[in-house]
Parts: sequence; structure tokens; C-alpha cells
Amino acid sequence: MAQAKLKSKPTRTLLAKTPTGIQGLDELTGGGLPQGRVSLVCGKAGCGKSLLAMEFLVHGAIRYGEPGVCMNFEETEEKLTANVASLGFDLRDLTRRKKLFLDYVFIERSQITEAGEYNLDGLFVRLAHAVKAINAKRVVLDSVQALFAGVADTSILRSELQRLFRWLDDHNLTAIVTAEAGIETLTRHGLEEYIADCVIALDHRVTEQISTRRLRIVKYRGTSHGTDEFPFLIDEDGFSVVPITSLVLTHKARKDRISTGIPTLDEMMEGKGFFRGSSVLVTGTAGTGKSSLAANFTRAACARGELCLYFTFEESPSQILRNMRSVGLNLEQWVKKGLLHFNAMRPTSTGLEGHLAVIHRLISQVRPSVVVIDPVTNLISTSGSYDVKSMLVRLVDFLKVQQVTSIFTNLTFAGDPQERTAAAVSSLMDTWIVLRDSKPNGRPRRELYILKSRGMAHSREVRELIVSKSGLDLGSVLSDHTVATHVAGQ
Amino acid sequence: MSGRGGRATELADSGRKPGNGMKKTAAKKRSAGTSRSDFFILRLYIAGQTPNSMSAIANLKKICEERLQGKYRIEVVDLLVKPQLAKGDQIIAIPTLVRRLPPPVKKIIGNLSKTDSVIVGLDLQPVR
Repeated sequence: MAQAKLKSKPTRTLLAKTPTGIQGLDELTGGGLPQGRVSLVCGKAGCGKSLLAMEFLVHGAIRYGEPGVCMNFEETEEKLTANVASLGFDLRDLTRRKKLFLDYVFIERSQITEAGEYNLDGLFVRLAHAVKAINAKRVVLDSVQALFAGVADTSILRSELQRLFRWLDDHNLTAIVTAEAGIETLTRHGLEEYIADCVIALDHRVTEQISTRRLRIVKYRGTSHGTDEFPFLIDEDGFSVVPITSLVLTHKARKDRISTGIPTLDEMMEGKGFFRGSSVLVTGTAGTGKSSLAANFTRAACARGELCLYFTFEESPSQILRNMRSVGLNLEQWVKKGLLHFNAMRPTSTGLEGHLAVIHRLISQVRPSVVVIDPVTNLISTSGSYDVKSMLVRLVDFLKVQQVTSIFTNLTFAGDPQERTAAAVSSLMDTWIVLRDSKPNGRPRRELYILKSRGMAHSREVRELIVSKSGLDLGSVLSDHTVATHVAGQ
Repeated sequence: MSGRGGRATELADSGRKPGNGMKKTAAKKRSAGTSRSDFFILRLYIAGQTPNSMSAIANLKKICEERLQGKYRIEVVDLLVKPQLAKGDQIIAIPTLVRRLPPPVKKIIGNLSKTDSVIVGLDLQPVR
């Protein structure tokens, strides 16, 4: 952020920005919407246009001391107030304090006969009156679509809208105009042609019964911006955009270490374990001890008095506690002491973005030093692999910025080359531990090796993972298997 | 932001003191025989003395004199003077003529140069 500010300083007078106050959006746009200009927000019904616009006004009024006018063409003041009350916005109070002016514009075409020339001065008068009444700096027109239904002569309407946008510019008002998406155009009536400075498109897609919302900055004059689609969330905290990656990789790489919870495994990593704040991937087929390894890591962290957050997508917390007791891990005591927090979610309970939102919020609340995502495979099943990848990039990024050490477990299937299954996630990970089954001489055993571990001289040996009632440990080096032959054999 | 109550006050006010943005141009006394439902209360919204507004006033007077003699009242509201009145009748287009009485409320937008449309819009009887 500091860097971005420095960079934009010389051009500041050229292109001032007005913050929206929406988490993520201001980051994406390098500070907000173009100040004193009209921005267009378009998308299909129910995509979140109105909410974005309303948050722009509410945050402006509360956080930035900029009163705002909302000219609404679709909903009455009462309805609008009720709609956003669930987000904790008290429009009535803001209206009373002259920080907000709501004007519901209702057009009933059936009542209207046209008889001669006219213009839309009535709209101008109303807007000017509202702006003057509260000394507004921000304006929302939501949505101008309705005017097209109400005014028969679209050529008059078009020229009047252009005049309206110019009027907003001339009065140095930062405005959001919303419009419905067309079939092949951004907006149904091609309004994007009139708005030169900033166009944002919202989208709400349902893929395999799970919905994702996306935001795209179509154009933003004078500002470099990502043209990618950015997922966004609408939850009880309102509208937030989650940038796929932050613009710069600025998180500090820590040099201090954190024990894996197994002294013999620490030995394989220079005797010290993982780097703090790094991301660890544990892959393996069913029953190879992935969860046990992760749970053991949290046990060790709790024993040191560190906070742990365990996200489970497969088993309930009590099931995990019971299972871990059977391998000598008493996690219950740490839950009782408030050091270990579980969060169980069904992968299909919400879209990926929903999961990401929950994970973000809990991490921000609990502020753990260790996070377990068990297993990340179940999240992958809810969506296409691209979505998972982008979500994981964001999650890993977030964890690193928060300096949280994280373990992701990933189930691989027998016969699957694990390099492929884990391809989506492995490149993001600092350390990759592989677990596998093997049956030499008919005796089944679990094997462990470190496929990679960035920034350290780690062992390349294959060791037996011993899971017993007294916990986890590693056996001696298995000389008959080396990583090299294993990979070649795939 | 005033609701219906606020509007009613404005009307009563304007009845007492004309001018101040609201002026009555042609208010003839109702003849004894005219029933309440025949009486037209027409409100014309304008925004400043623009050519369209001026011709709307002239056109309206002419039509009323020809067809509603003695049975109408015209109120002209200049929204540049009283912008808060735009909301009550949901005014967007200028000029807008609102037939407040008899019910139902009807709106005609434009400079009223299309006499036929005005007559249809106001539900007026053809001249005998």
C-alpha cells in the first residue's frame, strides 16, 4: 500500500480517486472510483449492483464524511432501508443526520401520455435539490434502466442521460450509475458508450449448482487495473472483493522455524522443522496418516501455547478428536483451554468464495499461528480446478501476509500420479510432504518423504511413518526406496 | 421527502397565497350547476421560462377555454422555485401536466402542442 501511494503521488492531481470503502475494490482500482466522474456498474438482475452502489454511499457518509444522494428508480425508500438493514446500515438515521438523501423515482408509463416536446428537467431539478439539501459529494442512480421503460422516446432519453452525466461531471460529483446487462452488450441500452471513465461489470454465475460472483473492471481511464475477473462476496458484512493475488508479493519471509511436532521429521528439515509462515502440503492416499500428521502439528503448537485453527471439510470435530485419541493425540484438552479451534463445514454448503470468506473472517478473529485445512481435496470437488487454484492462491497469500503457518492435506487416489492431482496447489506450497502406502514382503506400512521444501536443505530419504497409540514417529531410512526411483516409477 | 400529508399542505398553502412559484392563471368561479366531478384541477409543472414551458401554458389555456370553460383551474408550478414539489407527483419530464381532478390522476408530458393527444390524455369531451 505504501508503495502504491508513493507511486501515484505525482499523478494525483491528474486523477483523484474517491474511495468506495468496499474491501478489495479500492485495492483493485488503486484508490477507488474516479473523483468527480460517473462510473457505470452493470450486470444482470441480482448480481449486487445496488448493494455496491449503496455501500459506496454509506461508507462515503460514515467513513469519508461525504454525504450522498441515492436516486432509486426501482425500490421505495422504505424497501431500500429494509434491504440493507441486515448489513447493519441504518439509512433512516443517515437520512436524519443529512448524510444521505434517498429519492424514489417512480414512473408509471400507463398514466402518461406524450403530447409534444419535453425534456427531463424534472429529474435534474430533483437531483439538484437533493444534492443541495445535504451538500452531497456522491450520487447513485439505481438503475437508469427503469427510465427506458418509462419514457417512450428513447432518443430524448439518450440525449438527456448524456446531459445528466455531464451535469454530474460539471458539479464534481462522484457518481455510480447502475444498468442492467444486455445480451451481447454490457448494458441493455449501450450506456457504456456514454461513460468514458470507469465501467465495472458484475456477474453472478452458477456452475454445478454452486454460485460465484465475479467483478471485472472493464475500463478505467488513466489507471492501470487488472482486467481479470475477481470473485466477490456478499455476506452479512456486505460486499467485498477478493483480489486473486495482491498486486505485489510483499509478505516478509520469516527465517524462524516451527516444529512439525515429530522430532524425527524436524531432523529431516535441518533439525528445525518448517519455516514459520510457510505453507505445507501433505498429500497421500486414503489412510496414510495425513490428518494425523496435521493434528500432531497442532498438538505441538498448542503445547507451546500457540493458537490453532483447524478447518475440517470431511469429519466433525468430535470425530477428529476421537480418532486422534486412538493414535495417542489428546486434542480435547487444547480445545477446552481455548487454544485449538475447530471449524467444520460441508464443502457443498457454499461456493468457494463463501468458504474463503469464512476462513478469512475466522483467521482475522482468532489470529492463530497455525492453520490446518483438512482436506483441501474436498474443496476442489466443489468447483473447477481453475477456481480452486485462484482461491488457494488468495488463501495462501492471505495466510502468508498474516504470517500463519498452514498445513493443507490433499487426498490422492491410488494409481493417480500425485503430481497431477496436486498440480493445482503444489506450486503455491513451500513444503510438500508425500505419504504413501507400500507393502514390501506383504507387510503394509506407511512411508513419508519430503518432495520439496523451499529455502532449506531437506532430506530426500524415504522414511517409515509409524502411527501408534503413543503418537507419530518416523522409522529408519528405507534404503530400498529412494525418491528418485519412486518418481521414475510413476 | 414529504409524504402525502406534506403535499396536501402545499396545496392548501397555494390556495391561500398565490404566486411564490405557484400562480393561478385561470380560475373562474364554478357555475352553480356544475357538479364536483366535472371540475378539472390541472397542475402544470415547468422549470423556468423555457420555450417549451411557455408554449405548454399557452396551449393548455387555449384547450381549456375551448372545452372546459368555467370548469377548470390551472396551477402552474415552477420547479426552479419549488423543487421539493417534484417528488409528490413524481415529476421527471418537463413540462408535465397532471390532472389532479377528476380522478384518476393522469399525466401528460410535453409542450401540449399535440392537441389531440392532450384531449385524449385528459379524457375531454369533443366540442359540441
